[in-house]
Amino acid sequence: MMRCPEFRYFAPDTVEEVVKILAEEGPRASLLGGGTDLVPNMKRRQQTPAVLVATRRVKELHNVENDATSARLGSGITLARIAASPTLRPWSALVRAAAQVATPHIRNTGTLGGNLCVDTRCNYYDQSYEWRKAIDFCMKKDGGVCWVAPGSPRCWAVSSTDCAPALIALDAQVELVSKGQTRIVPVAQLYNDDGIEYLARRPDELIASVRLGDPTGWRSTYWKLRRREAFDFPVLSVAAAVKLEGDRVVEARVVFGAVASRPVVADVSALIGNRLDDASIERVADSASKLAKPLDNTDFTLGWRKRVAKAYVSGALKELRGDDLETLGLLARRQSMLRVLS
Amino acid sequence: MSDNPDKKVDEFNLVGKARRRVDARAKVTGQARFADDLVLPRMLHCKLLRSRLPHAKIKSVTTDKARAAAGVRLILTGYDTPVPYGILPVSHDEHPLCTDKVRFVGDPIAAVIADSEEEATAALDLIHVDLEPLTTISDAEEALRIPEPRIHDYGDEGNLHKKVAFDFGDVDEALRNSERVFEDVFFYEGNTHLAIEQHATLAAIDDAAGPDGRLTVWSSTQTPHYLHRALAKALELDPARVRVVAIANGGGFGGKSDPFNHEIVVAKAALMLGRPVKICLTREEVFYCHRGRHPVLMKLRTGVSLDGKIKGMELQTLLDGGAYGSYGVASTFYTGALQTVTYKVPRYRFQGCRAFTNKPPCGPKRGHGTPQPRFGLEVQLDKIATALKLDPADLRLQQLVEPRSLTANYMSVETIGLGECIRRVVDGSGFRARRSGGKLPTPGDIAPVRGLGLACSSYLSGAGLPIYWNDLPQSGVQLQLDRSGRVTAFCGATEIGQGSDDVLALCVAEILGIEIADIKVLTGDTDLTPVDLGSYSSRVTLMMGNAAIEAATRARDLVAKAVSDKMGVPVEKLRFAERRVTFIDDPARVMSWQDAVILAEAKHGTLGTTGSYKPPRSAAKYKGGGVGPTPTYSYSAAVVEVEVDPVTGWYDVIKVWIGHDIGRALNPPLTEGQVIGSVYMGLGEALMEESTFRRLPPKLSGALVHKFPSMLEYKSPSTMEMPPVEVFLVEDPDSRGPFGAKEVGQGPLLPMMPAIANAIFDAVGVRVDEVPITAEKIARALDAATKGRPARVGPTKFPAVAWPEALKIAPPWEGGDGTASNDRPKKERMARPGEVPIGDAPIIRPEVRR
Ligand SMILES: Cc1cc2nc3c(=O)[nH]c(=O)nc-3n(C[C@H](O)[C@H](O)[C@H](O)COP(=O)(O)OP(=O)(O)OC[C@H]3O[C@@H](n4cnc5c(N)ncnc54)[C@H](O)[C@@H]3O)c2cc1C
Ligand code: SF4
Repeated sequence: MMRCPEFRYFAPDTVEEVVKILAEEGPRASLLGGGTDLVPNMKRRQQTPAVLVATRRVKELHNVENDATSARLGSGITLARIAASPTLRPWSALVRAAAQVATPHIRNTGTLGGNLCVDTRCNYYDQSYEWRKAIDFCMKKDGGVCWVAPGSPRCWAVSSTDCAPALIALDAQVELVSKGQTRIVPVAQLYNDDGIEYLARRPDELIASVRLGDPTGWRSTYWKLRRREAFDFPVLSVAAAVKLEGDRVVEARVVFGAVASRPVVADVSALIGNRLDDASIERVADSASKLAKPLDNTDFTLGWRKRVAKAYVSGALKELRGDDLETLGLLARRQSMLRVLS
Repeated sequence: MSDNPDKKVDEFNLVGKARRRVDARAKVTGQARFADDLVLPRMLHCKLLRSRLPHAKIKSVTTDKARAAAGVRLILTGYDTPVPYGILPVSHDEHPLCTDKVRFVGDPIAAVIADSEEEATAALDLIHVDLEPLTTISDAEEALRIPEPRIHDYGDEGNLHKKVAFDFGDVDEALRNSERVFEDVFFYEGNTHLAIEQHATLAAIDDAAGPDGRLTVWSSTQTPHYLHRALAKALELDPARVRVVAIANGGGFGGKSDPFNHEIVVAKAALMLGRPVKICLTREEVFYCHRGRHPVLMKLRTGVSLDGKIKGMELQTLLDGGAYGSYGVASTFYTGALQTVTYKVPRYRFQGCRAFTNKPPCGPKRGHGTPQPRFGLEVQLDKIATALKLDPADLRLQQLVEPRSLTANYMSVETIGLGECIRRVVDGSGFRARRSGGKLPTPGDIAPVRGLGLACSSYLSGAGLPIYWNDLPQSGVQLQLDRSGRVTAFCGATEIGQGSDDVLALCVAEILGIEIADIKVLTGDTDLTPVDLGSYSSRVTLMMGNAAIEAATRARDLVAKAVSDKMGVPVEKLRFAERRVTFIDDPARVMSWQDAVILAEAKHGTLGTTGSYKPPRSAAKYKGGGVGPTPTYSYSAAVVEVEVDPVTGWYDVIKVWIGHDIGRALNPPLTEGQVIGSVYMGLGEALMEESTFRRLPPKLSGALVHKFPSMLEYKSPSTMEMPPVEVFLVEDPDSRGPFGAKEVGQGPLLPMMPAIANAIFDAVGVRVDEVPITAEKIARALDAATKGRPARVGPTKFPAVAWPEALKIAPPWEGGDGTASNDRPKKERMARPGEVPIGDAPIIRPEVRR
């Protein structure tokens, strides 16, 4: 069996205690949500925190407060809870993203906060210590070179969180709490374009909650590409949200997941003021999909992922305009099994 | 020997009736104990240090620091276990721990035995290994090009392990006289077993350590008998002092049928320390044990007449064997042996070559060596049907091999239910009416297109010959009858999840007319049970079943004699059923089974019987003809329906219809379970599974690593990908099988890959001549078609191989007798006394033992 390195374990009851421990222990401490990302990574020695601070027992992190126009989600709630919540359905993209993470078991354990901070992924990095040793490690951990782009000064590991692109499309914010300080930032600002320093969160900060704004007039969706309809991390995802007045688009956001080291926001200003007709959708899908520049470090060949990127943007927008998913091709049908949720 | 296979189902007591299998409750409730569940007092833990280079000389292994580390009890290196071993007598090329060189990333170099697994793991990093890198051979074509340095210093030449060539009649002439000749090159990527249970072994010494100790090894193994032999050889022990227990296996599929280095290492450590030693492999290490499907490049040329009848066939295969021999010589023969047992092939040429490469060794996986050429054959037949405008089902039906006949390569076919299998799946699926016809999509179409594909196959019900030459029974069963009426059946067969314990109980209970609950089965224990060669080649139901029937018939005779004496009625007039012995002519005269057993014990003394089974002699007398023969072949046919996205090539499998010629279904739900399980595994190979490797830029790194030795990234279908499966069991009892039964554990896997390929063609008109058949490849083929190139993805050429002179064997209908006209006599072929047999690696002992 693969075993974790040794660590000290804290399970405090309040946010104050959590941030106090974080402040005292510094970067050698890691927060522990459901542990579904961190624990396997520790077994592979990708992360070796000396101290784990569990959020499990902190009651206030498990709260969901919401009405028709806003929501505040505690970072400790599970993905299963989000997927099953009837009151969160107006924020459809998030519900769908959460419902497509991993497997039922992992969704029952994995938390929203953990999902936002899930480590970036790469086929050269998500391997055991011995495997990585056999390739002389890589820049992200214990080594010097990037095997995906050997000449590159940076790491290109892939942002693989399902919820983040959805939350960015919904213009959500996170509440970051540290000792004596709270800041609220847009989810998009939580991420850096770097495979190693992928989070703009400071080590002493706890994500306490996620805040969602007024969904009135908005429609949103989340399309995820993966080889299997269970287990697999996204290798491409598209979160899309549009606000319509009559049949005209007044606001729109399209965000790619899993094509870079952070979620990538596409420029869809061409949609504003227009109808969601085939021509404008194709135009936007064409230009937006150029932003998706996957590298060869996940499942599927990159050329194929690029091809799907365009189909996904156009499919997601057509869904938002009201097309029946059944008519949008086979990959769309995979999203449709989730329709019951939205 | 079989108990009247022609009986109707309702004439049996238990056969053919749906029952809960004997081990179901323990497995479902988590009470079954696997090797990793075993804990003994004072048990130590073992971890292996594995090579991080793919090919290198070992210059030194420094273990001082590790020896001094906390909790460490013992460190072993290659010198501690210098005797080579291997599953086949012709390739004893493995050492428990590498001695002079390492041959792939993952090859074990040293073992740490410590108080805890954590301490053992920590000490691994303290061992210093000085390696001198050698040129890496990364695939079979490289092995052909690069003869030096050799990965092994035995084998047919350079880095080619084995080359074989056969001509069954004048194939060139047959092809010349064919109206059309079809030539294709196919590639089948390697893949692995992915049994859910990771290998684990516990070794302990009874009595006392040292020369008096008796070694017991509990292991997740499919072949306790072969492991028994390997342990005795590699550790230079008297086999009588070694006991192997094949404990419950969480799946095998061929991945636990070699003796493994970790099994020998913990046995050695237990012997040296006098304490129990356990090892549990990680998933990654299981990928390094491997022995899975060989990657095979093949070229298939088939000559046909205009009505699609095969005139002659020529097959060349190139196998990427990985770093060791394993079952590879047999695998090589298997890539050619079964091409002839489904459709009549009047003349046949087969040339096969297996290469050594610096990757985990390949070996037997469900279907052993036959799915790859079967894929080629069934896809090519589909192409022939398209080219000649014939219906793919009719093309096959018109040329099925006759029952009770010999093929060109002297495989002897008994019953063949393939025609019925084809008819059932064709009718069930509406194949003839619902096909799309293989048209390319019109550009701009985004609506998904459906397609149906048909493919067939055949598989062995047990290999005709054992792994090592001997004239002994291949399966033995021993019964012990207790005064309580309980009967214990002892057999070396191994329950790996396939249901063999249930078959054993059934065969005995059926003959004795008692209930399954009256039978206790004790299997897979070399101290207690008679030899059965193991759970491989789909041999257990047939061989163990026949042995069990023989033992039970003998027991019934003993009991019948006692009852007949007591009742004064003839033995033939007694009926054994419902736990009673009844006088047929007057059912009022009846005795309970238990009373009958007591009577028999009083008459004969302690009651016990044995039964054994040995397959009939094969007609294939030429060298190499030992691989392929079986008591009887099973047959399968499948239709698969897919739906394909013309934009991205993505496809879903909508439904599978599969017919399997089982002879007789002994316990129908179990049989269907095996069929569906095979379908699942075949779909995995067809859709996504691949054991691929990453070679880093050689300037920067010498690494050649498995791309993703983990269950998350080695993609295998989940329940979400599993389509509905409609199973048709075709029952035409075969007199060679127990109650008429044939195999079911492997055969139904084989048609899946070609059926998918053919269905994809039917839907969107592109050919993927490669496995796995992924969306990306379909998209590439669609792109090629739009650019006016052939709508195909797959290899285009087969490299030049210096084939040996072919053995020339005239087919039966050309006056042949199963021997080769140019074969050297057996005596000449045998190694001279004192000569190291081929493939037996040298024993490397250090000058001075440390
Ligand atoms: C087989 C498998 C499949 C998976 N598939 C997917 C998938 O499809 N999509 C996907 O998005 N993820 C996937 N995951 C990853 C993971 O399970 C999920 O992202 C999950 O939501 C992580 O939540 P957690 O609570 O378990 O995180 P943890 O493992 O507990 O933590 C993950 C990271 O977040 C940090 N963290 C946790 N809570 C907080 C907080 N409140 N504030 C700040 N930092 C915090 C931790 O320190 C750690 O660095 C998969 C994992 C596995 C093992
Ligand atoms: S992108 Fe490069 S540096 Fe980053 S994890 Fe992958 S190989 Fe390592």
